[in-house]
Parts: sequence; C-alpha cells; structure tokens
Amino acid sequence: MAEAPGVHPGAWWLWALALGTAATRTTNPLLLALLLTVSAHVVVTCRPDTPSARSYSAFLRLALAVLVIRLGFAVLLGSPIPGTHVLLTLPEVPLPHWAQGIRLGGRVTAESVLFALYDGLRLATLLVCVGAANALAAPARLLKSLPGALYEAGVAVVVALTFAPHLVADGRRLRAARRLRGRPDRGVRGLLHVGLPVLEGALERSVALAAAMDARGYGRTAEVAPAVRRTTAALTLGGLLGVCAGTYGLLTAEGGTYGLPVLLAGAAAALAGLWLGGRRSARTRYRPDTWNPRSCLVAGSGAAVAALLVLAASRAPQALHPGVVPLVAPALPLWPAAAVLLGLLPAFAAPVRRLPEEPS
Amino acid sequence: MIRFEDVSVTYDGAAEPTVQGVDFEVPEGELVLLVGPSGVGKSTVLGAVSGLVPHFTGGTLRGRVTVAGRDTRTHKPRELADVVGTVGQDPLSHFVTDTVEDELAYGMESLGLAPDVMRRRVEETLDLLGLADLRGRSIATLSGGQQQRVAIGSVLTPHPQVLVLDEPTSALDPAAAEEVLAVLQRLVHDLGTTVLMAEHRLERVVQYADQVVLLPSPGAAPVLGGPAEIMATSPVFPPVVDLGRLAGWSPLPLTVRDARRRATDLRTRLAGHEGAPTRPASAAAPPARPAVPAPRTPRPGPRLRLRPRKRPDAGTPATTPATATPAADVPPVAEVRSLAVRRGAVRALRRVDLTVAPGETVALMGRNGAGKSTLLGSLVGLVEPSAGQVRVGGAVPHRTPPRELVRRVGLVPQEPRDLLYADTVAAECAAADRDAQAAPGTCRALVSELLPGVGDGTHPRDLSEGQRLALALAVVLTARPPLLLLDEPTRGLDYGAKARLVAVLRALAAEGHAIVLATHDVELAAELAHRVVLLAEGEVIADGPTAEVVVSSPSYAPQVTKILAPQRWLTVAQVREALGGVRT
Repeated sequence: MAEAPGVHPGAWWLWALALGTAATRTTNPLLLALLLTVSAHVVVTCRPDTPSARSYSAFLRLALAVLVIRLGFAVLLGSPIPGTHVLLTLPEVPLPHWAQGIRLGGRVTAESVLFALYDGLRLATLLVCVGAANALAAPARLLKSLPGALYEAGVAVVVALTFAPHLVADGRRLRAARRLRGRPDRGVRGLLHVGLPVLEGALERSVALAAAMDARGYGRTAEVAPAVRRTTAALTLGGLLGVCAGTYGLLTAEGGTYGLPVLLAGAAAALAGLWLGGRRSARTRYRPDTWNPRSCLVAGSGAAVAALLVLAASRAPQALHPGVVPLVAPALPLWPAAAVLLGLLPAFAAPVRRLPEEPS
Repeated sequence: MIRFEDVSVTYDGAAEPTVQGVDFEVPEGELVLLVGPSGVGKSTVLGAVSGLVPHFTGGTLRGRVTVAGRDTRTHKPRELADVVGTVGQDPLSHFVTDTVEDELAYGMESLGLAPDVMRRRVEETLDLLGLADLRGRSIATLSGGQQQRVAIGSVLTPHPQVLVLDEPTSALDPAAAEEVLAVLQRLVHDLGTTVLMAEHRLERVVQYADQVVLLPSPGAAPVLGGPAEIMATSPVFPPVVDLGRLAGWSPLPLTVRDARRRATDLRTRLAGHEGAPTRPASAAAPPARPAVPAPRTPRPGPRLRLRPRKRPDAGTPATTPATATPAADVPPVAEVRSLAVRRGAVRALRRVDLTVAPGETVALMGRNGAGKSTLLGSLVGLVEPSAGQVRVGGAVPHRTPPRELVRRVGLVPQEPRDLLYADTVAAECAAADRDAQAAPGTCRALVSELLPGVGDGTHPRDLSEGQRLALALAVVLTARPPLLLLDEPTRGLDYGAKARLVAVLRALAAEGHAIVLATHDVELAAELAHRVVLLAEGEVIADGPTAEVVVSSPSYAPQVTKILAPQRWLTVAQVREALGGVRT
C-alpha cells in the first residue's frame, strides 16, 4: 500500500462545516476572504483524485452565482439600508398601493451595494465550505461509515448518487441519437422527447442493479434471538418518542424542566436501538475508515476556528461586522484572523500522497 | 454441483414455458457452455442457477434446481450468494461501488467475512485477474475488458463454488476476450470452480468447454454432450466446425490447432484455387485508395473546395449509382484528413486519414477504446474534430443540420434501441419517413424486406436483438444515405441473425452504398469487408485489403485463415465455393 492512513471522511466534514459555521459569524469581507483562501488551499493540497473532488469548481461557480444574484436584488429592489452615497439612479417602476414597501428601481447607494456584497459573500463562503467537504471526502464515503443498522439505507443513497451521472450520460447519448434520426438535437423539444426513453433506461438499469446486488448478498440477515429483536424495536420506538416529547418540552414554555432530560434519554435509547439493530446485519467492513490522530487534528482545527470566531463575535462584534453606515474601510481584526489561519492545519497534517501516474 | 431436475419456467403472461424439460447436471469443476440461437432461454437457465429466476424475475418454475445441495426454491438469491457468483451481460449494471477495490470487497462485506480474510482475498484476486495496477481506479474509467475482469473478480472474492456468466466476451475485442477466458481457464483448473456460461461467439469459447448444453429451439429440451458431439448437429457453430463439416472431418475439430492438423489434405485440394484470396466472388473489390495527402490549403481553402465537390451529390442525394464499379475518378463518399479528436486530456484520435469510396465496405477494428466509435461519431457530426477535416458527401458533418446530414450519412449506434422512440413498428416507420422527408411507406417497405413477418403493432422493445438492429437499419436507410455506418452490429446476434445481416449489407454494398463498420468480430469483417482499418490508441496502424491486414495479425485473423495458412482463405463460404468448383 502506497497510501498513508487517511483522514476519516467525518473529520473532513466536521472541519468544513466548522469553517462554514465560522463564516456565518462574520460579515467582515477580509475575514471571509481569508476563510475562502484557507479552505481552497486545503482543498487543493489534500483532495484525492476522485470524481466528487472535481465537483469543487461547480461549487465555486454556484457561490459566485449566489453573490451576483444577491447584488442584483440589492440593485433592483433597493434595500432598507439608509445611504447617502448615490452610485446611480435607476428609473423607478410605479407600483400599486397594495405593493407598498416594495420598490423597483430607484436610487442605488454605495452603502446598500456594500451591505449586499458582505451578506452575499458570507453565503458564498458557506457554500464553498460545503463544496470543500464534498471535494475532500465524497458523501458516499461518509455514508459508508454509518452504523450497521442504517447501512442498507446508506447503500440506497449511494446508488441514487451514482445514478445521476448515468442519467446525464443516457440523456446525452439519446440526444445524439436524435441527431442520427435527422431531428434537431438541441432545444426544449429535443429534451422532452428524450425524457421518456432516459427514464425507461434508468428504470431498466436499476432493476438490473437490484438483481446484481441481490445475487451478491445484499440484504442478507443474521439470525437473532426474538428477545433481541423485540428489545431493538422497543428501544428504537421508545427512543424516537422520547426525542419527540423532549423536543416539544424544550420548545414549549411549560416543559422547561423535563424537556432536556427526556430528549437526552430518548436519543440514548434510539442510539442503543440502532446499535442492537446492527447485530441483525451480518456485514463486515472492508478497510473501514478509522478515526486516527490525524482525523482528530483535522476535525479539531476546524472546531477551533469555529469556537474562536463565535467567541470573537460575542466579544468584539464591531470588528466582525464592519459598518456600512457611515462607509468605512473594513479592518482586519488581528486575533480572529489568526484563528482562521488555524484552519490551515490539515494542509500540513494530511497532504494527499499522490500515487505515481499509473499506466493503464 | 448444479442440478436441474425436469425444470420448466413460465413467465407471467406468457402462454408457453420459456424453457422446459431442462434436466441435466453440471459436475464439480467443469466448464459447461450453454449454446443456442437467440431467444431460446439461455439467460433464463442461467438465472435459475443463481435463484434470480423466479425470485427476482417472477414467473413460475416447475421442477427443482439445486446448487451445491441448496434448493433454489427455498433459498433466495442472497442466500445463494456464497456459492454462486453471477455476472450478467452488461458489467456496468453489475457495479455497486465506484472503485475497483471496493467493488471486489462488496460481496464479501455482504457475506460478513472477517476483515483480514477480505484483505487477503482482495489482494489475491487483484493478482489473479491482473488488476493490481487498477486497484484505486474509478470503474467508469476502465475499458470494457477491464470492467469485465472486475465484474468477474467481484463475484470471485467470496470464493463461490459456481460461476455463472452470461456472454462474458461478446462486448470485448479479441485480445480482451482471450484475457477473460484465460482467467476462467485458470479458475477451473487451479481452483476447481464450476463454470456455466452462455456465449454467442462460439469460435472464442467452444474449445475451453468440457461439456456443451445445447438449447436447439425455444421450448425444446436441452441436449447435453461433449463439445465435438454437440457441434456436429448444433444449429449454431463456429467457422472451424463449419469447415470441419464441409471437409467431412470426424470427430469434428474444435480448435484451430486440431483443424490444422487435419487440413493438409484440404489445403492440397484447394491449392489450385487460390484465385480469390481477397474476396468471395460475389462482389468486386474496389481498388483500395492509397491515402493521398490532401493539398493543405489555408483556411479559406476548404470552403472553396466544398462547392465543386458538392455538385455531383447535391442534385441526386437520394439515388446512388446502382452499378457501382468504383473507379478512381468517382469522388469518395467520405474523406478524413489528419483528424484529431480530444476528449478532455485524452487524445481519442490523432492524425487519422481515411477515404471511403462508393460501394466499398470498410471494417474498423482495434481494441476497446481504440477510437473506433469516435471515428464513426466524427463522420456523423456527433464528435467535433479538434484538428483536421472530415467531409461526408462534400459536407462538414458537425456543421450540417441533422435534417440534411441524414441524406448523406447514417449511423446505426451500438445500442440500436437508442434510435427507436415510438411504441409500435408502424409509428416508428411513419416517423422515419417524416424525418427523412421520404415518401410515406418507404421505411415500412424496407422493414418488410429486412424483417419479414414483423407486425405493425409490435413494440420495438419486444423485438429480439437482431430484429431491433434490422429495424434501426431500416430507419437509417429510409433517407438512402450513400454512406452507412454501423457500430458493433453483431453484439448479441446469433449466427443466423449475423448471416442475415451479412446478406443485407452485401446487397447494400452492391447497390453502391459505402459501409463502414466498427467491429470486434473478425469473422464478420472477413465475410464482409473489402478493407480493414486497424486502430490503436487513436491512430491508424494498418489500412489495406482485408486479406492482407487480417492474415498478418494473430488476433484479428479469422479461424479459416489460421487453419488454411499459408493459403489465404478468409471464410468457409469461399472454401465451399472453391470446392464446389472442383467437383463440377
């Protein structure tokens, strides 16, 4: 084996989601840009060469689109931010009186545009962080670490995930076939005509896959004692009920006292049920992802970034939310920036070992 | 190991049982081949072994099937997974995970083997199948042969006692097929695995079989026997058997080697008749055009050259000269000049030159992934060249609107079903007439010619593989394209359907249609092609008359050529004709 023990996919997801959480705590464009850079750097150094890793650029484009749309709304619909620096004045569309409070066109102020930019940037950073998680550890890999009782549901999701690319490939092939029939292969009608055969093909493929999976032992169950089976059912059901009741208690005014304990007890019972349920499935795991020190480091660095920024947000909210009225240049708060840099740790702790180019 | 006891299977809604009277036993450690024409229920018999019939497909199974002592009536497929490994026709629909290593482990995980056992078996299987270099690769990026090996490997890791394979080599090029068969040989010899497989391409597999089960016709009881004995009466047989029957050899040889040892006598009889080494006498071979380097003109050049060339074609696009004796001055139907195609980082084609004259049949051959389909795709404008030029009937395919292009070139894709949209044959034909702007009834007439006895109301999906191919061919021919392209036309066809296809294509070539077919089937190329173009890694590595190209290559030589070498015969039909000449 040429590979070093890898990082658990769960650790990557924790790291990325923690960075995303950190992003939600601030609108400071400099901090957000720093977060973006940190996550991008880690993705570039650590991502494996898999199809899902290549989807990172799609997330980047999506984030950019979100930013542009947010700006577009601010320009077209105006914003409640009072501002004095008028950039330009769009012709205002007169709206009937029932649409009061909505404005189309009108003055576009620098303050409102800046506010929209900060806000959009925060959303975009969050998206890019999810993209980073996706690139660093494919969701399918994460699903493999599910507890045994949930394994079969996990496989269903994995199969569904691999299905979309097949569907796209089928669609392309059939549109090409339209061209062979002498029909235009572009346009909406082309797409509509191809739809039914694509679905038919997908259905046939899933039936064939189901047959193959069945023949390879998917869904084999081990014999378990009836007592265990009953306990499992009781624990799972009771646990879920407890979770519901506990949540209700937490959310209503009267249940403040019993809410939390019931919720916790319910969760514990449900988890025990899951664990017992896992005994019914006889499966084993081939080279399971293990939670090694490296994974702790990765998850820990993300958690540290999130925790420090949450702390900073409560201690020094002005630095993390630069004002737009009056217009000021945002300053880089020193110690939150240093905290964000902690997120770079995985780039040093878990750089990808690239295998030498394989002859195929 | 596998025991069928008077089994019959009737699917829901079918009036007749698909197979009946199946009663045989496959002993442990044997490789048994299941043969028969299309639609006799080979897949049903295979499915009954793994329990997928009837547990998964539905229908009624009468009688009893036992595998390693387990009755499939009481054991579901998943409970047989540790004794039976099944690989279906399409390896792609078999894969659950996305990398090679995970796929090999998947079956063992389901069976709950210990992690250290799994680890060891994955490594062993990677070595056994020669997949060690591919362990981390994504399955979608593998070639057909590699995928087939991964599919076999994925069912081997749980160490099943029985392996069931449905057409394991049909989609593979000759070299990849040999790879897969070598693996099967090894399993049978070294591990004592029992193998039951169905295969249409008997010339590839019959010599490996210990026994053959023949399903002669739908609903007829199967016949079990030694390969030579069954081949003597079988309705499906490889060329070596055909030649053996023609020469009256007994027992019939099944391998090229056996046949060569008997053939001394035949070679002396044929010695004087070596007059037609290139083609069966039915069609005159058009002169192979040497690839003349085109005068390279700068960019405006092609546009100017396009017009004069268009003229002879533009007026009469629908009619091609009926008496096609291609002469050097007839403009080529298709011309490809230093074509290059890139797909991402992959160079699918580089510097490919190809000229196709009217009435000429060209076979494109080469490994899976050598660029055959890409070349066909660029001839119909599905693939945009990244460099070089493609001209078909004077037009640039990828810039020509589809409506005009269909009258210049038609492609029958690898999966003919892709071309068919409608619910009935009649609706399909009407649509084809409209698409091609042909007179109503044109397509239907073609269908009646190619597929006698198919009703208007039949759903295209209910047709057999060969019938569907014929329907797609009729749809494409409705526009009377002077250039006809076929991608892997014989995949899944039995010998009868193949013979009909050969007859149809020969007639089309005689009418002046130029035909280019991409195929792995060396016997088809030998029967049909005037010229063979060999592709490797996206480059043309050989281009010449069939006899010359094919004879010099060990993997692309048809069986008859190998048997009768150094004489240059390609097909049994040629030999038969020559011998007929001797007798009269």
